[in-house]
Amino acid sequence: MTEAAQTADALPEYPVTVAPESDLFSKFDPLIAEREALLASGVRDPFAIVMDKVLSPTQAVIKGKETILLGTYNYMGMTFDPDVIQAGKDALDNFGSGTTGSRVLNGTYQTHKACEDALKEYFGTAHAMVFSTGYQANLGMISTLAGKGEYIILDADSHASIYDGCYLGNAEIVRFRHNSVEDLDKRLGRLPKEAGKLVVLEGVYSMFGDVAPLPDMVAVAKKHGAMILCDEAHGMGFFGKHGRGVYEEQGCEGDIDFIVGTFSKSVGTVGGFCVSNHPKFEVLRLVCRPYVFTASLPPSVVATAAMSIRKLMHAHNKRAHLWENSKRLHSGLREMGFRLGTETPQSAIIAVILEDQTQAVMMWQALLEQGLYVNMARPPATPAGTYLLRCSLCAEHSAEQVEQILTMFRAAGMATGAIG
Amino acid sequence: MSDRAEIFETVTRLIEPFNKKGIALTESTSFAKDLEWDSLTVMDFVAAVEDEFDIIITMNMQAEIETIGQLADAVKKLKQ
Repeated sequence: MTEAAQTADALPEYPVTVAPESDLFSKFDPLIAEREALLASGVRDPFAIVMDKVLSPTQAVIKGKETILLGTYNYMGMTFDPDVIQAGKDALDNFGSGTTGSRVLNGTYQTHKACEDALKEYFGTAHAMVFSTGYQANLGMISTLAGKGEYIILDADSHASIYDGCYLGNAEIVRFRHNSVEDLDKRLGRLPKEAGKLVVLEGVYSMFGDVAPLPDMVAVAKKHGAMILCDEAHGMGFFGKHGRGVYEEQGCEGDIDFIVGTFSKSVGTVGGFCVSNHPKFEVLRLVCRPYVFTASLPPSVVATAAMSIRKLMHAHNKRAHLWENSKRLHSGLREMGFRLGTETPQSAIIAVILEDQTQAVMMWQALLEQGLYVNMARPPATPAGTYLLRCSLCAEHSAEQVEQILTMFRAAGMATGAIG
Repeated sequence: MSDRAEIFETVTRLIEPFNKKGIALTESTSFAKDLEWDSLTVMDFVAAVEDEFDIIITMNMQAEIETIGQLADAVKKLKQ
């Protein structure tokens, strides 16, 4: 029997000759060429890192080298918490590996309700709805809340999931300049008074790690009769007395109509949610397509999330230590002469701005070779066409680790010419 | 000068600071193909046009506008 006969039902083998004009991949040629040129210069691929072993929230083994993790969003270091892990194991034993169903059909277990109860308690709200990812929470909330003839007003630097939520829905989309209260006010003022409006904000903007001036933005939104959704993906766990987010820290509790968040940062697993006090909130479970038309999270995942959320309520010491880490790293990098995304430490994200892609990748690789992993971020994910090394700190980073990190940054910065 | 001609002139004036390559601006000049603007430049330019005419050009509308002529038409309509 020939090889061809054995694989007759398989997909076509490449390379086959496809005319460039009919090859759907032709549009990616510029990106492929850019990447090939970059990798040909001998650097490692910043978007193809494999963690062979994960030792703790702050350490992993990459290509045989023990590496400090400084780009994980694992702000509160809950991923190896023994209670969290035990809760997941128990749920696996008692409820199985997955639900194989939608939240509105067979995919809601007692574990999912318990997780929503933990969220309601954590945020002090009447309602909570758990989505399968944070991306889907934004996709679902934004596309469902604002319909045809209504308006979504979003910050120009909004996360991709917010933009994609706009594109999934039928509302009119209006952007305002990043964190500009005046620009938001002006744009809201030009919209028809009678039309429904949703202003979408983020507590922390993830690229530069800057926070929003929420009290001023809330006042402007309310003046124009808009509802407000605030994404606290990078604020939950860390900001505010109860760790609810930037809106709590800035005294905007009771002013935000919808808080969206994720389990894949401070909570330490995966999933997304929205909490609210809107009396009609529960109807969303029937009309929100990214909630309905996907499988629910495995019971072990929501069980770990629920345990982690309950522990985060009382994580005051961790919050304090994370602030110490953020302040130390920010001031240390600044003193060395690095250009940072914010003048002052505003969150657990510290972005180091580099000149171009080559310098960013060289720097990224120099850090990795010393045993430090940070995120490399490039356009279109970054604002204003910048190339960043984004550091996200963890409450489990020890003070000694932060000093080690600074030493590695100094060496890498000198070697690549990023600092003098 | 007609209203439309005035709008066209104002729009081309607003384009100039972003016209890094010094492209000659006509009714059929394309923002993406001729001026080669990225999304950030578009954002800044749209904000300038909105503020000049005190209008809102939603992202939905922006997706339909390819040329300077089309933008002038849209502004004229929005001003009414």
